[in-house]
Amino acid sequence: MNRIAMAALAALTAAAGLGPAQAGSEDVVVENAWARATIGTARPGAAYLTLRNAGDATLTLTGVAASAAARAEIHRSVTDEKGVSSMMPAGEIAVGPGTSVALEPGGLHVMLMGLRSPLDEGDGFELTLTFSDGGEVAVPVAVLGIAARGPGG
Amino acid sequence: MKMARTIAWSLVGLAVLAFGASWLWTDRRGGGPGDPAFAAAFELTDHSGMIRTQEDFAGRWMLVFFGFANCPDVCPTTLAEVAAVMDGLDEDAGRVQPLFISIDPERDTPTALAAFVPAFGADIVGLTGTPEQIARTADGFHIYYEKVEEAAAPGGYTMGHSSQLFLFGPEAGYVRSWPYGTLAEEILADLKEHLAS
Ligand SMILES: [Cu+2]
Repeated sequence: MNRIAMAALAALTAAAGLGPAQAGSEDVVVENAWARATIGTARPGAAYLTLRNAGDATLTLTGVAASAAARAEIHRSVTDEKGVSSMMPAGEIAVGPGTSVALEPGGLHVMLMGLRSPLDEGDGFELTLTFSDGGEVAVPVAVLGIAARGPGG
Repeated sequence: MKMARTIAWSLVGLAVLAFGASWLWTDRRGGGPGDPAFAAAFELTDHSGMIRTQEDFAGRWMLVFFGFANCPDVCPTTLAEVAAVMDGLDEDAGRVQPLFISIDPERDTPTALAAFVPAFGADIVGLTGTPEQIARTADGFHIYYEKVEEAAAPGGYTMGHSSQLFLFGPEAGYVRSWPYGTLAEEILADLKEHLAS
């Protein structure tokens, strides 16, 4: 099976609500939140971060909103065995107890659509992550240069 | 939950379609990277409005990759990696021309590319053209691209596309490619070896 199909199946499993009891959002640790600068507001932006589940039950990220954009979604970029890359909504993201999920270039990302103002290097904005227990976590995001390759620039 | 399931199943459907399409595409084709005659060939407009062909870059190595300006993740990442590779070449940078070819001719006018590609530095040249020119170029490079419906995206679509980075030699002949996700440091080391040979 190719990676697109696998990703879709993973999304299906997550959406079907399989897995152990849901943990509280108070157990989530968000690290290395950053976004690439954009030129203007016409084109979408992307933000990245690492979600760590410090609790002892699975934690599920169900939604995201951004102060900088009219609409934010978790997307997944996939590259198949022929070298074709595309992206799609990732559905809910389950983070097992004691594990981390990285949103990083070329994989999971927060897609920022309808930017309210350009993301300028040195600025920041806030992401609000919603979890399956209804809890919300506010995450400050640093805007790095357009050619940034990771949270370190 | 019911809606989530519907979305999940439509993702599965999409995956099956995408898989079928990419399978059909590669099976139909000959030539490409395995063919000793494979070379860079294009006639496109650069981000300053000039008509460019591979002959304009004769005598220089070409780093060629495909993408679109509305791409928030994979394309800026590749542009950033290529810029890092070019920085790492130091005085040899002048021997290598990085070329970003748009596979989204509808949205990527030369003006749109002019506001996007140069921001990454490293003298990367953005190339675009008419839909016919882009289709011909993609055919010549044996790469794949498709529109993917995405209601929330500008214009209501996003693109899927081949994301490897190609290296062509000073006579435009194909040398090698690196898959998306190859670290700039690794590409730089390989490229330096080629430049030294
Ligand atoms: Cu996206």
